[in-house]
Amino acid sequence: MNENNVALRVKDLHVHYDTEDGVVKAVSGVSFDLHANERMGLVGESGCGKSTMALGLMRLIKEPGEVVAGEAWLGDKNLFALSYEEMRMARGLEIGMIPQGAMNSLVPVIRVKNQIIDALADHKLGLSKEQLEERALEALDSVELPRKVADMYPHELSGGMKQRVCAAISLAMRPKVIIADEPTSALDVITQRQVMETIGRLQERTNSAVILIGHDMGLQAQFVNRVAVMYAGKLVEVGTVKEIFTDALHPYTQLLISSLPTLGSKGVFVSIPGIAPSLLELPSGCVFHPRCPKAMAICNQEEPVLHSDSSGRRVSCHLYGNGGMN
Amino acid sequence: MTHLLELRNVTKVFGEGAKATVAVDEVSLYLESDKPSIIAVAGESGSGKTTMGMTVLGFLRPTRGQILYRGIDVDKMNADQSITYRREVQAVFQDPFASYNPFYKVDRLFEKPIAKFKLASSQGEARELIEEALNKVGLRPREMLGRFPHQLSGGQRQRLVVARAILLNPQLLIADEPVSMVDASLRAGILEKIRQLHDELGISVLYITHDLTTAYHISDGIMVLYQGSVVEAGDVDKVIKSPVHPYTQLLVDSIPWADLTLKWGKQPIIEPTEEDLARLAAAGTACCKYAPRCPQAMPRCWESRPPLFHADSGRVAACFLYESGTTLEKDELGGLFSALNNGSS
Amino acid sequence: MKGGETMTSSATTQNVVAAAVPKPRSRLHGILHYLKRNVNLAIGFSMLAILILFTLVGAFIVDLDDAYPGAVRAARPPSAEHLFGTDGQGRDLFTVAVAGTWVTLQIGFIAAGVGLTAGVLLGFISAYYGGTIDTIIRWAVDVFMTIPGFLILIVLAAMLGGKVSTVGTGLIISLFLWAGPARVVRAQVLSLRERQFVLMAKLSGLSNMEIIIEELIPNLLPFLGAQLVGSVMSAVYSSSGLAILGLGNLREPQLGTTLYWMQGQGALVRGLWWWVAVPVAFLCWAFVMLYLISSGLDELANPRLRRRA
Repeated sequence: MNENNVALRVKDLHVHYDTEDGVVKAVSGVSFDLHANERMGLVGESGCGKSTMALGLMRLIKEPGEVVAGEAWLGDKNLFALSYEEMRMARGLEIGMIPQGAMNSLVPVIRVKNQIIDALADHKLGLSKEQLEERALEALDSVELPRKVADMYPHELSGGMKQRVCAAISLAMRPKVIIADEPTSALDVITQRQVMETIGRLQERTNSAVILIGHDMGLQAQFVNRVAVMYAGKLVEVGTVKEIFTDALHPYTQLLISSLPTLGSKGVFVSIPGIAPSLLELPSGCVFHPRCPKAMAICNQEEPVLHSDSSGRRVSCHLYGNGGMN
Repeated sequence: MTHLLELRNVTKVFGEGAKATVAVDEVSLYLESDKPSIIAVAGESGSGKTTMGMTVLGFLRPTRGQILYRGIDVDKMNADQSITYRREVQAVFQDPFASYNPFYKVDRLFEKPIAKFKLASSQGEARELIEEALNKVGLRPREMLGRFPHQLSGGQRQRLVVARAILLNPQLLIADEPVSMVDASLRAGILEKIRQLHDELGISVLYITHDLTTAYHISDGIMVLYQGSVVEAGDVDKVIKSPVHPYTQLLVDSIPWADLTLKWGKQPIIEPTEEDLARLAAAGTACCKYAPRCPQAMPRCWESRPPLFHADSGRVAACFLYESGTTLEKDELGGLFSALNNGSS
Repeated sequence: MKGGETMTSSATTQNVVAAAVPKPRSRLHGILHYLKRNVNLAIGFSMLAILILFTLVGAFIVDLDDAYPGAVRAARPPSAEHLFGTDGQGRDLFTVAVAGTWVTLQIGFIAAGVGLTAGVLLGFISAYYGGTIDTIIRWAVDVFMTIPGFLILIVLAAMLGGKVSTVGTGLIISLFLWAGPARVVRAQVLSLRERQFVLMAKLSGLSNMEIIIEELIPNLLPFLGAQLVGSVMSAVYSSSGLAILGLGNLREPQLGTTLYWMQGQGALVRGLWWWVAVPVAFLCWAFVMLYLISSGLDELANPRLRRRA
């Protein structure tokens, strides 16, 4: 892979929560590369650590959570080595995030235009008032909202419009990396498509890279190029969207894909047996082994390593140990 | 034969005067007693589907029209009939957490109705019934009972609610978005249990959802609502695989299938203009509601509201494109669905 | 999790921690553990315990007659015989403190108890049944909240001429304490009424009354606790205020009345500092204690305010 093409390189990220009941290992050793112009999906069930990972990258984790290890290289900067001020500047300018439920976090008493300007003004871009206003309007253009929305209040907008306003706020400074955490979770089907298409077009125009976090595999199939699958805080498989959906390697991914309803499988209900483990006490060896239909003896003794092959495909499973992947 | 459930020209309006919103607009439907079926009520927010569910459950009173359960108007039931109605019409709601009073253990969800409906003559018997129901949904009683809701996962909580429905053995189950707040990987399990309710216990289900993928999987018939009116209805296979109403077509086209061969986005999303919206508002009932957004709108559509036409056998659509078909009588939607059911268990 | 929930990072924390399923604890252990974290509540409750102990134990030690004028030698500073000294009219201040605290607590809890119960009941009925009843109750609430309660109390107290008993005072004050809780409870119930678990309860065959008592009230308990404390504070303020103005029952020993007498008799001029210090100290203790409990309950009722361990 062309090294110069990497927009974000995450290495061995660990996020822990220090609670009264023990240490919750929300993210354990996640590493991946996000290439420029790429749309990558991060999927997994509730509690698997994907949102935590996103917040960790943005350095927005609050106590008792803490990023205990890892690097995140945005260009030549390690996000975790930046000072508080530097990181604050980087947010929005170089890496932006549309958090889950963002539309409920819009300030109800401030006009849309001013909420966008607030985000811009704080970054000391040295712009005059008129320039800031123009930038705000351009941000609305980029999410395909009519300019008259600028003078409106959040409650006057529909769910889809509010979510696009949130995207406008987060992306007003055209960051190169965009993290969208379940950006359409509360939206209707048609509105969801509209918002995703808007984000997609924005990504293409600005040549940025997007990480789409969610548990809706269908949405991933329609939007992303590559998919990373997380389970119990660990990355278990990474591959192109075609590889994941038609030829998944990791047993968890296979079960996940087969449990999804599609047009051809009416009446067939496949579910994943068992329940996800508590993050306080992860199973020994491979975290998935208690539920894995293909578990072998080695699986509860040794943790599998994330193997990569030359095309960037990775899987963390003893079935494919030592390069026996294809 | 009296129908199990009948909606007669039900209309529900919220608010008054200029601010009035018509949530449900003259919807008629019936479900047969002797032929249990699973009918999906699909639509986006504002379609009226949840309001419809709430009126069937008796939590909202229709502004006009009637809801009849086993032939008796829900509004006019005496005490005994009311209790029967309460016991025989149950629900599974959207939010797995909100179904529980956080103050009590989850056991209360089962113990209360058993006591109130006198389903067991002793505590021991009650316990047996509860354990049986839990086993049927694949949960272990020892791990679930005695716990508080916050100690269980969303999927487990929702399964418990389904187990409660199994235990109560109702005649009709209103499932309002039962899996939309549950993780995608756990949905299949819960949907399977709901399907079993129908297959094994003969319970009719009104499956209310905005997610056409799950509607497709679990139901026999489907009715698509748009702003309170039925725009298309019929055999779920036909409606989803080859929708005829422009709105359903847009809806189906926007489904994010987890299938790379089924890409969304072929249909453009048309934003209605201010003038068109004003025109619709002025026309009142003499205009097709979907006209401002419809890529195939004809002058006809702005002049009167289309009734449900038979677009082909086993499916109807409220669209002038299918004017050549026979009109479906308002109150015969139920007949359309029961005709579908011939052959399914 | 889907469905339009606001997932701020604190919610993510809760989600992560909840997913990690904590071990169940016994209720008592849980309460004590919580008190360790909620300092305000812990200190407040301790202060209340001390005050109550003081009153109860004190009642056994002293001869209550000493709290009346002429019982002992006047104007004595604190000594072994008279721990808090005596006032200018021959009352033993220690006895006055014991008796007065008891009276103040009584008035506080009667007023708050009656006012709160009435307010809560009316709030529930108003919200749950709606319609005409709701309109009437709301009107009454508006009236009582607009009238300046303390002024009316002064007028009433002046009219009744200081002959009202302790219980009577409590009941009169309660008239002005029910409106606030009623309004707030009504708002809470209106929002709870549409909750899914209430719908489930209806589907389980519960009647309206059963829903109010079994489903809604338990959820309002922490909130009601806070209201109770607020009401007690109001009642103590009001009764002390009236007493200081000389409008309380002048014959009975009360902390506020002591301040009234002490003013009128020129305690400070005469250098009888203990006559001032004792009631002031006790009233301060009471107010600080009530404030801490109220702030502690606030934290309990509103999980967002909870400080991390």
